[in-house]
Amino acid sequence: MSDVQHHHIKLPEGSIEKQTTTLNLGPTHPATHGVFQNIIELDGERIVSAEQTVGYIHRAFEKIAERRPLYQITTLTDRLNYCSSPINNMGWHMTCEKLLQVKTPKRVDYLRVIIMELARITDHLICNSIVGVDSGAYTGFLYVMQYRELAYEIYEEVCGSRLTTNMGRIGGFERNFTNAAFEKLEKFLAEFPNVWKEFENLFSRNRIFMERLIGTGAISAERALNYGFTGPNLRAAGVDYDVRVHQPYSSYEDFDFVVPVGNTGDNYDRFLVRGKEVWESLSIINQAYQKVQAFKGAEAEVYHADVPEYYLPEKKDVYTKMEALIWHFKIIMGEIEMPKGEVYHSVEGANGELGFYLISDGGRAPYRLHFRRPSFIYYQAYSELTKDAMLSDAIMTMSSLNLIAGELDG
Amino acid sequence: MALTNEIIQQKLTEKFGDQVGNFQESFGMLTFEAPKEQNLKVLQFLYDDETLQFTFLTDLCAVHYPDDKGRELAMVYTVHNLKANIRLRFKVFTDIQTPDIFTASKLFEAANWMERETYDFYGVNFVGHPNLKRIMNVDEMDYFPLRKEFPLEDQTRIDKDDEMFGRG
Repeated sequence: MSDVQHHHIKLPEGSIEKQTTTLNLGPTHPATHGVFQNIIELDGERIVSAEQTVGYIHRAFEKIAERRPLYQITTLTDRLNYCSSPINNMGWHMTCEKLLQVKTPKRVDYLRVIIMELARITDHLICNSIVGVDSGAYTGFLYVMQYRELAYEIYEEVCGSRLTTNMGRIGGFERNFTNAAFEKLEKFLAEFPNVWKEFENLFSRNRIFMERLIGTGAISAERALNYGFTGPNLRAAGVDYDVRVHQPYSSYEDFDFVVPVGNTGDNYDRFLVRGKEVWESLSIINQAYQKVQAFKGAEAEVYHADVPEYYLPEKKDVYTKMEALIWHFKIIMGEIEMPKGEVYHSVEGANGELGFYLISDGGRAPYRLHFRRPSFIYYQAYSELTKDAMLSDAIMTMSSLNLIAGELDG
Repeated sequence: MALTNEIIQQKLTEKFGDQVGNFQESFGMLTFEAPKEQNLKVLQFLYDDETLQFTFLTDLCAVHYPDDKGRELAMVYTVHNLKANIRLRFKVFTDIQTPDIFTASKLFEAANWMERETYDFYGVNFVGHPNLKRIMNVDEMDYFPLRKEFPLEDQTRIDKDDEMFGRG
């Protein structure tokens, strides 16, 4: 009887002699927003090699962008790193501003800084709390999530949407911040520090957590640079490169903040660097809010640059003013042509340098648009980071790198 | 002395003579080009030279210019000197029939996937690449979709039953 059964099972050649096990980690369900696949060779629980497969949610943004007028590209940038889409939106608008040579008023810069730092906080709190979840501690994730909710309510007050924000315009914002937005911001600034303190108390010096993270997924500064790491992952390895400091945009030079660095580049340092950056972001928001409050009179009402040919006018003006109606029509119909030129602009995204390389041939849509997506660039180091690691450490490494599939695939 | 675009240009001209040219400055970033056979030599020089030290590869992508015969594909490298904090853009052009370009992945690990992506979408053949296969698209694909000869779908087409997505 058993002989007959064996006859039907066909094993791939060499599979009996093979000393290692092949494990397919993923692909996960597309609805989970992160379709990762890793083909891992395991010797017991130890990883011999890992091969990553990406591209499951590739949407050809770069191709689509070649036919779209500038404002229709903002919605594409939303879907890169969707944990901090306002940074992507503003990065894109600033790229356009650079090409179109639009100068933004200081108040716009400070309002942008507030939103971008809020986005950085929401991104880092997701990443750090997910590291907790993956190590078996769910509480922190649920606890900080209510403050992501509050941050999303602030976005909602500013632009009307939450996750894929499509926020802002070339030259500024679509409307002034409402009082409700500032009230919610004040609530956030008053309550969140205590929550983040508690979250850090729960994890940072927790012995079980430390033993899971210290020494796993480490990378040296030299290798990290060679791999093109940027953002918190590079800083955790000890390199203090931050686009906000090195090539300030949106008046970041007016703010006083520290760039936290680690030294071992392991999962624990990445966790700590992100934790510290949240504190710095809170300090930046506080400073920016004070600066915004210092504007008086007419200056306190400024929320966009005076560039009617690029700034999509407010709807109520479109309905009541001839001028606004004309510009609205021209911008929406894509009759506004860009000057010729090529421009690279980058912002410090929540997980690294997010770059926009835009080539314009003078038409209504870019001739070529390339996104430098930090996740895509540093994910290739994953096999080096996990070599000889335990399988469970590889999971931690993946979450502490803060990989966002939307940004990976573009 | 701070590193400036003028010094970079001077250094490059000293080393490569006529081989490098078309120096331009666009929004503060120096751009230049070299013959495609020289791409590794130029990148290596930029990397090794004591004053230049462009040791960080920020970005790498291709651009398709179908009307520029013999120079249809451009490879654009954006490198960064983190110490002097200065960026540089370097281009090489290749014809589309033999789009062979030496890989930069030996110099920069970061180039590995970026070159695979460029191969996937533009069909640039990176000579010496350790694992040159498609990365975003399916392996069976037999064309390079970001080239200009593939237009986006006509938005006014009516032959397609697309009712579920609000058209038709």
